[in-house]
Amino acid sequence: MTSKLIGLAEAAALVPDGATLSLGGFTAQRHPMAFVYELIRQKKRDLYLFGHSPGGDWDILIGAGCVKRVELAYEADEAFGTIGPRWRRAVQAGRIEWEDYSNFGMVTRFQAGAMGLPFLPTRTAFGSDVFAKQALTAEQRAADPRTSPLKQAVIESPFQAGDKLLLLPAIHTEFCVLHVQKATESGLVRVEGQTFADNIQALCADTVIVTAEEIVSEDFMRQEPERTLLPPFAVAHVVHVPFGSHPYAVYNYYDHDPRQLKDYHAAAMIDEDFQSYLEKYVYGVPDFESYLAVVGAARLDSLKADPEYGYSPNLKRRRLD
Amino acid sequence: MTTVSNPALTYSLTELMAVTAAREIQDNEVVFAGTGLPMLGAMLAQKTHAPNCLVIFEAGAIGSRLRHLPMSVGDPRTVRGAALAAGLAEVFTYMLQAGKVDVGFISGAQIDRFGNINSTSMGDYHHPSVRFPGSGGSCDIACLAKRTVIIAQHEKRRLPEKIDYITSPGWLNGGESRKEAGLIRGGPSVVVTTRGVLRFRPTSHEAYLASYHPGLTAENVREETGFMLDTADASETPIPTAEELHILRNVVDPERIFLK
Repeated sequence: MTSKLIGLAEAAALVPDGATLSLGGFTAQRHPMAFVYELIRQKKRDLYLFGHSPGGDWDILIGAGCVKRVELAYEADEAFGTIGPRWRRAVQAGRIEWEDYSNFGMVTRFQAGAMGLPFLPTRTAFGSDVFAKQALTAEQRAADPRTSPLKQAVIESPFQAGDKLLLLPAIHTEFCVLHVQKATESGLVRVEGQTFADNIQALCADTVIVTAEEIVSEDFMRQEPERTLLPPFAVAHVVHVPFGSHPYAVYNYYDHDPRQLKDYHAAAMIDEDFQSYLEKYVYGVPDFESYLAVVGAARLDSLKADPEYGYSPNLKRRRLD
Repeated sequence: MTTVSNPALTYSLTELMAVTAAREIQDNEVVFAGTGLPMLGAMLAQKTHAPNCLVIFEAGAIGSRLRHLPMSVGDPRTVRGAALAAGLAEVFTYMLQAGKVDVGFISGAQIDRFGNINSTSMGDYHHPSVRFPGSGGSCDIACLAKRTVIIAQHEKRRLPEKIDYITSPGWLNGGESRKEAGLIRGGPSVVVTTRGVLRFRPTSHEAYLASYHPGLTAENVREETGFMLDTADASETPIPTAEELHILRNVVDPERIFLK
């Protein structure tokens, strides 16, 4: 069997400037952070990001100047940080192009892409400004094939007069990057806990790169094939990255890092401090192993999941120091 | 946070709001909960009067039995012991859109007298003075749950005559406008604020003050509201019981994640 294992820097190098990309996870969980840091280190530019509820994965990419346009529903770390500080600043300063949808809207768009359909109907958003207003202009859409020519469309059901439906356009991306608990060298993938929309996002991408906490044997994975997330052809590359989602949580492996998230949000509020954060944790270290060394083994150890819970039940999450 | 003195009990404003929100949940209901105060309310309801309510989180946990308060709706704490770990598509498509969710909890930066909510931005949408995270699942919950419970900071500027952006549709312009816009069910039933409880008139769907929190008067609340607030039917908000406070402090949030 051909091995799909590659290195992190090699994987990130596959993504060209201007690429369309979706990242796995949800707000403060299971984002492919090691991959994100590597994208920043390689100074990617003009990325087009598609997501439902990203968190600091997008925020740090936006702050580092890697992103041109985003289509999203939400950008924050929830109770760890109720706004993505760099996202907020980028919008307020007019430094980013965006389009607002809802979570259900974005997930529906990924579902359409995964199913090979041009759109799917929903009953959401009517009456809202998510429906009524458009952030991208018709000219911006027409000028760029990476973005759907229309935000949405409305039809009446052909099967019932007066039944109005919202059609949302499919998403197709060049890349999707997921961080998962377990993968094989051959590209079989297992997610534990919630899937978020990882499986759907993967199926509407040309190239799927998976970073994994653990590389397991083919026999181990095939003993419980019902737990495999994607068909074998879906995954192109596998990268072994323990703690690869830090400072975010990976169910059954480690918890959120409240200290690191607090430091990030404090730094990201101020331009100079954000640059210092990037310098310390991204540009100033050659690779992810060195990043983990800066965070420190004692801290990482304190985050490890208690097998009975899948997280660290005694982790201090508030009033740090 | 203000501490309210009472002959029998002392409780904080957050505790009063959590208890008030929890009482909106009935046993056996399907509850769609967001981060923060909604989690306190849902967990308290599950541990008191609504042990059979099914708590779901949009990131994919269905039938959660929380042992520790989550800090995110995708938190691993929503998963262990849950009935099912799925994803956003299952929750939004097969539960919310299909009409299986009885009550959704949402909040926002601004709310108007028809329960429309803004959690997107302040000022001009294209050049906002302040940008917020955006809808997340709030727009969907507001559109597709059978009813919604809204949590709000009660200040004049946060309850204005007109909000800057409708992220989550309430009763829109009142009357039949919600139905006319194409929404097939739902609508806000109550707004639990830092000063009182607002409900909506049956036909006009306009908000009125149902109760003001202990220590305040109807007049106080009206003065802090940016739109004309009908206070004719207002009485005092019922206070928490000793049992509710005990469970809230010792079982629901002993770490004081959200409780103040």
